[in-house]
Amino acid sequence: METRLFALQRLSAMLLAPLVLVHLALILYAVRGGLTAEEILGRTQGSVGWALFYGLFVLAAAVHAPIGVRNVLREWSAWRGTSLDGAMLLLAALLMATGLRAVWAVVT
Amino acid sequence: MGEPDHHLQVAIWRGAGEGRFVDYEVPARDSQTVLDVVTWVQRHREPALAYRFACRVGVCGSCAMTVNGRPRWTCRTHVRKVAGDGRLTIEPLRNLPRIKDLACDMTPFFEKWQRAGGRFKGSAPRGAAIPRLDPASPERRAADAAIECINCAVCYSACDTVTWSPDYLGPAALNRAWTLVNDARHGERARVLDAVESAGGCHSCHTHGSCVETCPVELNPTASIAGLKRRTLRRLLPGGGA
Repeated sequence: METRLFALQRLSAMLLAPLVLVHLALILYAVRGGLTAEEILGRTQGSVGWALFYGLFVLAAAVHAPIGVRNVLREWSAWRGTSLDGAMLLLAALLMATGLRAVWAVVT
Repeated sequence: MGEPDHHLQVAIWRGAGEGRFVDYEVPARDSQTVLDVVTWVQRHREPALAYRFACRVGVCGSCAMTVNGRPRWTCRTHVRKVAGDGRLTIEPLRNLPRIKDLACDMTPFFEKWQRAGGRFKGSAPRGAAIPRLDPASPERRAADAAIECINCAVCYSACDTVTWSPDYLGPAALNRAWTLVNDARHGERARVLDAVESAGGCHSCHTHGSCVETCPVELNPTASIAGLKRRTLRRLLPGGGA
């Protein structure tokens, strides 16, 4: 399982690297241009492209973050075993649910 | 070796987990190793001082200690190289239970060798002809590059990941595992990969490189661990084999 998690974390990082850069550039663009929330929603609503972009972002983050948090906790605390793995699955589900809900809210 | 005209200020750890540094003044010599200094203190000042050594020529790996904050093989460490100001602080190795003074309990270190599948098991019966290995093959070259480990535990002591995760196998055990997965004569190569990819195995390595930095025989356990990571990842692919 450790090798699978190691691979998943690196693969999700490879996805996240360009996604985060685009995301940051987007924030700069939206803020600098002084776009209102209404204007932003006008561009995202009904956009399959943005739905796919941020859907993928959420998916990659939900895979990537819990694996890293699990590693940190295993190194910095005595927490191990199935309770930790279960908690990290919950964290993944939470990130996925809140993230996808946010994506849903701006594209519909 | 003439009469010393100056002295070294040496602080040596006395006791086990609970203990203190004791200061000694040791005659400085032109050519003197850290092990010479410890031996001088034991023979002339502190007969009860506990420390380990055997060969005194950098082969047996038993004399490693922490010298001025860094793990070193003391028999091949010249005082002049590490104590420019004439001061030495000598402690037992880090990351291992302390027994007394400079002697550590090496049990966890060697248990991890076993846990990493470090025990050689022949793939052919005793009577079979010895298989011929091509020394130029990539596998054999990878094994040869890592094989000269003297089990001194300097890398294990230098590794922060070992400090953080007591179940981490550590650089020496993983380096040993890497030599075995590249040894065509080893009968349990897949089992070694199973062992090193379990929790606390090769994927816990942070690639800090402290092992490479401190290894007295200039091995590169970080590269060995990277090799294990690659090999275990390759097993995930269809047809990745052992």
